[in-house]
Amino acid sequence: MTGPLLQIEDLTVHFHTEEGIVEAVDGIQLLVQSGEVMGVVGESGSGKSVTALAILRLIREPGRIIQGTIQFAGRNLLGLSEEEMRTLRGSHISMIFQSPRTSLNPVLSVGWQIERLIRLHKKEHTEKARDQAIQMLRQVGIPAPERIYHEFPHQLSGGMCQRIMIAMALVTNPKLLIADEPTTGLDVSIAAQILDLLKEMGQRTGAAILLITHDLGVVAGYCDRVAVMHAGQVVESASVKKLFQNPLHPYTLKLIHSIPRVDVDTVMETIPGTVPGLIHPPPGCRFAGRCQVAREVCRKIKPQVQSINGDHQVACHHIGHW
Amino acid sequence: MGAFVEIIDLNKHFPVKDQSMAFRALIPFGARKAVLRAVDGISFSIQKGETLGLVGESGCGKSTVARCILRLLPPTSGKILFEETDLAGLEEENLRFIRRDLQMIFQDPMASLNPRLSVRQVLAEPLRLHEKLTLKEREERVLEVMDQVGLDRELLNRFPHELSGGQRQRVNIARAITTRPRFIVLDEPTSALDVSLRAKIVLLLEELKSVLSTTYLFISHDLSTVKYLSDRVAVMYLGAIVEIAEAHELFRHPLHPYTKALLSAIPIPDPNVRRDRIILEGEIPSPTDIPEGCRLRGRCPVAKTTCSEEVHLREVASDHWVACHISGT
Amino acid sequence: MVGQLVRKEDWRIRLKHLQIMLRRLRRNSLSFGALIVILGIILMALFAPLIAPYDPNATDANQAMLSVSRQHLMGTDIFGRDILSRVIHGARVDLLVALVATIIALAISSFLGSLSGYSGGWLDHLVMRIIDTVMSFPSFILAMGITAALGNKLINVVMAIAITHIPIYTRLIRGEMLHIREMEYAEAAQTVGNPRSRIIFYHLLPNCFPPVIVQATLAMGWAILTVAGLSFIGLGIQPPASEWGYMTAEGATYIVSGEWWIFLFPGLAIMITVFSFNMVGDALRDILDPRMRGIQ
Repeated sequence: MTGPLLQIEDLTVHFHTEEGIVEAVDGIQLLVQSGEVMGVVGESGSGKSVTALAILRLIREPGRIIQGTIQFAGRNLLGLSEEEMRTLRGSHISMIFQSPRTSLNPVLSVGWQIERLIRLHKKEHTEKARDQAIQMLRQVGIPAPERIYHEFPHQLSGGMCQRIMIAMALVTNPKLLIADEPTTGLDVSIAAQILDLLKEMGQRTGAAILLITHDLGVVAGYCDRVAVMHAGQVVESASVKKLFQNPLHPYTLKLIHSIPRVDVDTVMETIPGTVPGLIHPPPGCRFAGRCQVAREVCRKIKPQVQSINGDHQVACHHIGHW
Repeated sequence: MGAFVEIIDLNKHFPVKDQSMAFRALIPFGARKAVLRAVDGISFSIQKGETLGLVGESGCGKSTVARCILRLLPPTSGKILFEETDLAGLEEENLRFIRRDLQMIFQDPMASLNPRLSVRQVLAEPLRLHEKLTLKEREERVLEVMDQVGLDRELLNRFPHELSGGQRQRVNIARAITTRPRFIVLDEPTSALDVSLRAKIVLLLEELKSVLSTTYLFISHDLSTVKYLSDRVAVMYLGAIVEIAEAHELFRHPLHPYTKALLSAIPIPDPNVRRDRIILEGEIPSPTDIPEGCRLRGRCPVAKTTCSEEVHLREVASDHWVACHISGT
Repeated sequence: MVGQLVRKEDWRIRLKHLQIMLRRLRRNSLSFGALIVILGIILMALFAPLIAPYDPNATDANQAMLSVSRQHLMGTDIFGRDILSRVIHGARVDLLVALVATIIALAISSFLGSLSGYSGGWLDHLVMRIIDTVMSFPSFILAMGITAALGNKLINVVMAIAITHIPIYTRLIRGEMLHIREMEYAEAAQTVGNPRSRIIFYHLLPNCFPPVIVQATLAMGWAILTVAGLSFIGLGIQPPASEWGYMTAEGATYIVSGEWWIFLFPGLAIMITVFSFNMVGDALRDILDPRMRGIQ
C-alpha cells in the first residue's frame, strides 16, 4: 500500500457552546503510515481527543468540523455519508478509550460483546464467532478465556477490561486503531503490560496505532513517530528519535524538561503560564504567551508548518534562531 | 526520645459482607469469615523535618494508612505515635486539638473542596477552629497563606467551580497550611492534575516545606515525583511494606523483586534508554486472600521454597530495609 | 472542560451564568409562564385586602346566588359573598398552610435525614423503619386521620401535612448524605478539626439540598391539594374562612341546580396553582441538576 494510511490536512473543529465558540482544533495536519505506532502527545485541552473523534466522525453538536480533509486509504472521510462511516467504524478504524470499565457494556458478558462485533462485521454465525472471540481473548493474554468469556466487566480488573477492549478493537482486523489515553488510571505495571500488548498486537495484525497520551515516557518507549499538540495546534512532529534528540519547538523542549526522571537526577523545570483559553484564542502562535523567545510576529501571525530534514515538521517562527 | 512520627504494627482490617443469607446459613459457626486486610502490620518512623515517600500501586493500602494516621478511620490495632502521643487511642475531643498540627492534602482538587464555600471561608475555617484571632488577624493570615501558595488575592471570593484545577489544588494546599501544622500527610496531591501542572505543584510543595519547617508523608504512585521530593521511600505491596531506604539508594539499587519490577515498568522519556523489564506473573491477589509467607509468592520471578515462610523487614545495608528471603543475603 | 479553557473575571461571569439560566428557563416557555403565574398568585395572596373588591366575609342576602356580572366578576355564593374576593383571600390560606407545612417538614427532615445518613448503624435503621411505617399509610388518609383526631384547627392541618411529607424529604436527604459523606471534602472537614455536628449540618447538609428543592416545589402542589381536599370533606379549615377546597365543596352541591360559578372558580384556582407548581418543579429539576453536576 503506497502513500500514508491516514492523512489529515487543515482540520478545524469548533464547539458552539453557550459561553462562546471553543476553537478546539485549529487547522492541524497529521500523517500516519501503515503499521506504525504514531503518538499524539499534549496536555489536556490540547485537542488530541477531539482529533481522534473527528477521524471517526463522532463529533456531535455543539461540535462541528468546520473544514479540512481526512484521507483514509484513499477516501476523504469527511465526505462520506453516515452509512458509509458506519461500515468503517469498528471494522476498518477501531478505537479504545480511557476508562475500560465504563466503555464496556455492564449488562453483557465480555465474551458476548466481542462475539457480537464479529457477527456484525464479519457476518459469521454463532459457533464460529464464539470460537474467534475466545481465540481473541487468548491472544490478548487473558488466562482461562473460556471462563472469562462469561464474566461481566465489573468482575474484572481494570487491566483485564482494557485487554478486552483491545480484543474488541482488533477482532475485525482494522487498519487503524486509535487508542485514546488507554493507560490513564491503570497502575504502572499494568499500564506497561497493556502498552506492550498494544504494540505487539499492532505488529502481529499489521494495524497502525494512533496512540494519544500526555506521557512523553510512553511516547519514547512505544511510538515510532510523534506529533506534539498544544492548544489545538500541532506544534511539532517527527520520528521519536529525532524529537528527543533535537526538539525544535520551544514547547516540546519545555515539555521534555519538565518531567522528573527515575533513572537520572534532573532539575525539574516548569512551563510558565497556562494553556490559553480556546474561546477567542490569541491570533498567531498559541504558545506565544508562554514562550520565552516569543516576538511580535509570533503573537500576530500563526506560524506555518516547515519541514526540516525530511520528516521533521515544526510550526514556529524561530527555527534555527535560538 | 523517639522519632517525630512512629507507626507501630498498624493494622486495618475490613470485614467483608457476605454474599447472601443462604450462604451465611451454610457456613458453620467458627468458620473463617473473609477479612479484607488493607493494612497488615505496618511499622515505620519519620524523623522531624524529613519527607517520607510511600509508594505502591492501587490496592496496596497506602491511602488507608493515610486515613488511619489522620484518624479518619479507626485502626484495627497498632500504635500511631505523633510526638509520643498515641493517636490510635485518643477520643475525638482530644484528637481535635492535635489536628491543628497534623493536616492532610487530598488527591482530587474538586472533590476536596466544599462547593458551597468560598475560598476565604475554606481558608479561614481552620483558624476559626483552632486559634483565637481577631477578624483582622484572621484575614491577614488568610492573605499570607494565599501569597505563600501563589494564588491571586482576588480569588478569595470565588467558589471552587470558578477555579481551574491547578488553582483548586493550591487552595487545598493552602487550607492544610493555615494553622502551620508540623506534620502534613499528602495523599496523591498531584495525581489528578495535568502533567504540566504537576511540576509546578511539586515545586510549590518543596518550597513550602522549607518555609514552614514541616515534616511530610508523601503518598503517591507516581515514582518520579516521589523520588524528587522524598528523603526516604517506603514501598508497599498488599498492605505491607516490602522495602524502605533512602530515596536515591532505593532508585539506584532496588533490592526487593517487587520494587525492581515496579521501577522497570516506568516509561522513560528517552528513546535511547533501554531497560530490562521485570514482569511479575499474574495479577495482584485480592487483599482478602493474601498468600501465606511472602506476599509476592506466586508472582515473583525469583521465588524459592523458603519464600513460603513469613518474612519481615531486615536491614541489609545501611538504612536499607527489605522484606525478602532472597535479596541481601 | 470548557470551564478550564475560559478566562474568568468575577462579576461578568456571575452575570453570564444568570443569563444562561434565564435563557434556559425562557426556552421552556410553559415553565416560564408557570413561574409568572406562581409569582402572580403569591402577590395576590400578599396584597389580598388591597386587591379584593369586597370583604370576603361580608354577607348580603339580596345579592345571593348571582351569576357572573360586572359587579361580581365571579358571581356570589348562597350567603351573598363575592366569590372573587373569596378566591383572592383563599390564596392566602392555601399558600400559607402549604408553605408553613413544607418548611416544618423540611426542618425536621433535614435533621433526621442528615443525622441518619451520616451516622449509619442503628440510628439509621431506627429512623428508616419509622419513616417506612409512616410511609405505609396512603398520605391523604394519614392526613385525614391526624386532622380528625386532633380537631379542625388550622395548626393541625399544617402538622398533618408536614407529617405526611417528612418521609419523602428524609429519604431524599439521607440518600444525598450517603453519597456526600464519602466525598473528600467531608473528610477534609474532619481533618481540619470540625466537630461532628458542624460537619453534618454546616458542611454536608447544604449540599444535600438541590434535589430537595425540586421535590419541595412539586410537593407544594400536593400540599395545597391536601388542604383543599381535607376541607372538601369537612376536615381542617371550616367556614367562614375562605379556602378554595371548602368553597369547591360548597359549590359541588349546586352543580345540579345550575349555579356553576360557585365551584368552578375556586376549583380552577386550585388546578392552576398546583399545575404551575408542578411545571416550575420540573423546570427547576432541569435547570438545577445538570448545572450542579456540571459544576460539581
